[in-house]
Amino acid sequence: MSRIVGIDLGTTNSLVAYVDANGVPRVIPDADGRTLLPSVVAYTPDGVLVGHPARRQLARHPARTIYSVKRLMGRGYDDVREELPRLPFAVLPAAEVVRIRVDDREVTPPEVSAQVLRALKQRAEAALGETIERAVITVPAYFNDSQRQATKDAGRIAGLDVVRIVNEPTAASLAYGLQRRAQGLIAVYDLGGGTFDVSILRVKDGVFEVLATNGNTHLGGDDFDQALVDWLLEDIRATHDADLSADPEARQELRLAAEAAKCRLSFEARTHLAIPFAEFTYHRDITREDVEARLAPLVERTMGPCRTALKDAGLTPDQIDEVVLVGGSTRVPLVRRWVEELFGKTPHSQLNPDEVVALGAAVQAQILAGGITDMLLLDVTPLSLGIETLGGIVSVLIPRNTTIPTLAKEQFTTSVDGQTVVDLHVLQGERELARDNRSLARFELRGVDPMPAGMPKIEVTFLIDANGILQVRAKELRTGKEASIEVRPTYGLTEAEVERMVDESFEHAEADVHARLLIEARSEADTVANHVERALTQGAQLAEPGELERIRAALAVLRAARAGDDRALIQERTIELNKATERLAEAMMDAALKGALASRRADRILESS
Amino acid sequence: MDDYFAVFGLPRKLTVDGEALRRRFYSLSRAHHPDFHQAADDAAQAETLARSALVNRAYRALRDPMARVEYLIALEEGRDTREGADGRPKAPRDLLEEMLEVQEALEEARSGGMDEAAKARLREERTRLAARREAEEAALVARAGEWDAALDAGADRRPLLAWFKERLAARAYLRTVIDDLGEALGEDQDQHVSHRRH
Repeated sequence: MSRIVGIDLGTTNSLVAYVDANGVPRVIPDADGRTLLPSVVAYTPDGVLVGHPARRQLARHPARTIYSVKRLMGRGYDDVREELPRLPFAVLPAAEVVRIRVDDREVTPPEVSAQVLRALKQRAEAALGETIERAVITVPAYFNDSQRQATKDAGRIAGLDVVRIVNEPTAASLAYGLQRRAQGLIAVYDLGGGTFDVSILRVKDGVFEVLATNGNTHLGGDDFDQALVDWLLEDIRATHDADLSADPEARQELRLAAEAAKCRLSFEARTHLAIPFAEFTYHRDITREDVEARLAPLVERTMGPCRTALKDAGLTPDQIDEVVLVGGSTRVPLVRRWVEELFGKTPHSQLNPDEVVALGAAVQAQILAGGITDMLLLDVTPLSLGIETLGGIVSVLIPRNTTIPTLAKEQFTTSVDGQTVVDLHVLQGERELARDNRSLARFELRGVDPMPAGMPKIEVTFLIDANGILQVRAKELRTGKEASIEVRPTYGLTEAEVERMVDESFEHAEADVHARLLIEARSEADTVANHVERALTQGAQLAEPGELERIRAALAVLRAARAGDDRALIQERTIELNKATERLAEAMMDAALKGALASRRADRILESS
Repeated sequence: MDDYFAVFGLPRKLTVDGEALRRRFYSLSRAHHPDFHQAADDAAQAETLARSALVNRAYRALRDPMARVEYLIALEEGRDTREGADGRPKAPRDLLEEMLEVQEALEEARSGGMDEAAKARLREERTRLAARREAEEAALVARAGEWDAALDAGADRRPLLAWFKERLAARAYLRTVIDDLGEALGEDQDQHVSHRRH
């Protein structure tokens, strides 16, 4: 059997991991040694950029640089309408799957995610020296059926057979279990870039039994950043009498600055922001207390799901033996304090919270490949599954926190003489009325033999597989005939659409690798050239005699190289330009640190050199 | 209706060693879980999936003493219930009469505003009924031994069966009223319908 890799397809960052010949799970780094691939995809006129190069142009080309697309996976327009004003790219109104418009093309969230997956696939292939065709991909435990299906579709579009969808907190517990042989009752608190999950597990004799899970698929570090951006926008309005809220580039600048400040304040008590805008440079000292005051309401929203999960597991906080922290947002000290207070014990975070999910996905991949036989994961379905009955009431077939795989059978009949088609509406959620729950799909049972009303007995089997994805089968009991079912997913791509996307991606895939490297080199050249141009205007007074001329010359040489398609030459010229500008950038940094000059552009020059 | 006791090789008794049941569940899972049958052909995988689903459902029905009573009574009756069965069960007459006042208060609350005093009364009522429900459950579980003994002795279990049915219906009814109270108060402690339908 060929190798199966484990992929953590995150809101902010994604990773790929495998289990090595010694049975140790390892994250695969890129050629530069970086393990995290930013989940950012930029659609440029030259082609598609993924990861770091795409991330670097977030503020430069906000309308065509897609980030946090995971929040749009398997969702409808109404689900995301509220946050659209904050997104710098265009999300189109649609009755079903949302679409993103970039220039004159439209892409769906699974296609965007497929770009990230393909980059990881290529990374793994380069590192392992073999073709990778199968993967385990993780999703938030609280993802519903549509979101899981969308993730599976993304894998297919990227040319991967997704052999299993695994829940992120459970994957993390596998990584911990493998490395530390943890036993007992474990709570996994997973706060990532865009989603929150909590899972309660019993780990005993190699069996990882999930007792209950809960969460919020729209709560994470992104929301932390947004709360800080709103606060800074308010402050800028007060201090500079300027409203930047409608300026996408300024918003992205602020978002990136807020994110960086949030990270620094996890380790330091205070930090300084200096953000240059067209009209003015915004300076502000912020303290950890400032940030915590803005984040507290968000962190508080994770507590309810924790309590519900404990209750569903039939446990009290003091019965939990260990608490494990997963996800980059658990680095925020406020989060740690609240978790510690709720469970009454110090949480663990020995394994890198950014990497532990990918490592766990690799462990699950190894189990599926037959390489590990003493570990078994028994997961649950996070949401109750039901059908709509008379009066718009939901009848629950499979309650939440039921161990999967599981199935429920239900008999249906006709209400009109000679009726040959029966409609079913399947929903997920915990509310009593159908309209308050998540519509998964409408099923049409066809080919029922014409009989008087109430005579046909159609048995429908609802099966939730080990991926947490629903499969439906129907049988007419009198004739024993399988009824054919047409599925109309409410927020999913149809089979035909996925097929088309798979075909399209194959057409491009081969030419992709080289084209992508060239595009990346060009984009990098543009980024550096842009920064240098700004340095030439903003830092001119700091230049030594002849320095500006040397930089301009290096810039011209780079421009000439960029017009051609010699990737190595473009990279070489980029490095030369960086070198030519190094001294000036440092001088500008120094000046900025003294508060005389804005620092951000300069430190970006250093970052990219 | 699938006999979940048979899945675990157990007699149809209400007293079950929870720890032994879990060990058996784990070993059956190891045998049937799809994770360990990835290389099998499609037919074998489908078989494994169905088998694994059956084991999971059986464990869920038997692991908890209260769920066990519910399941066994349904099984004995040959009633084809599933988890989450719909429809409100008929409550015993005396309980219905006793609840008349609460139901009236609920109607009032639904049809219009509720002052603080009325809210406080409903809250108090809810607390009382929750305690009552717990008592019903304790009483149900407490007679598990009697059932098992009757089974061993080959005695007539019909009177006991009738009693279990009645108390289960009372419990289900209490649950519904408690949920309705929560809803009327707008403080659904547990906004999840799935609970009432287990």
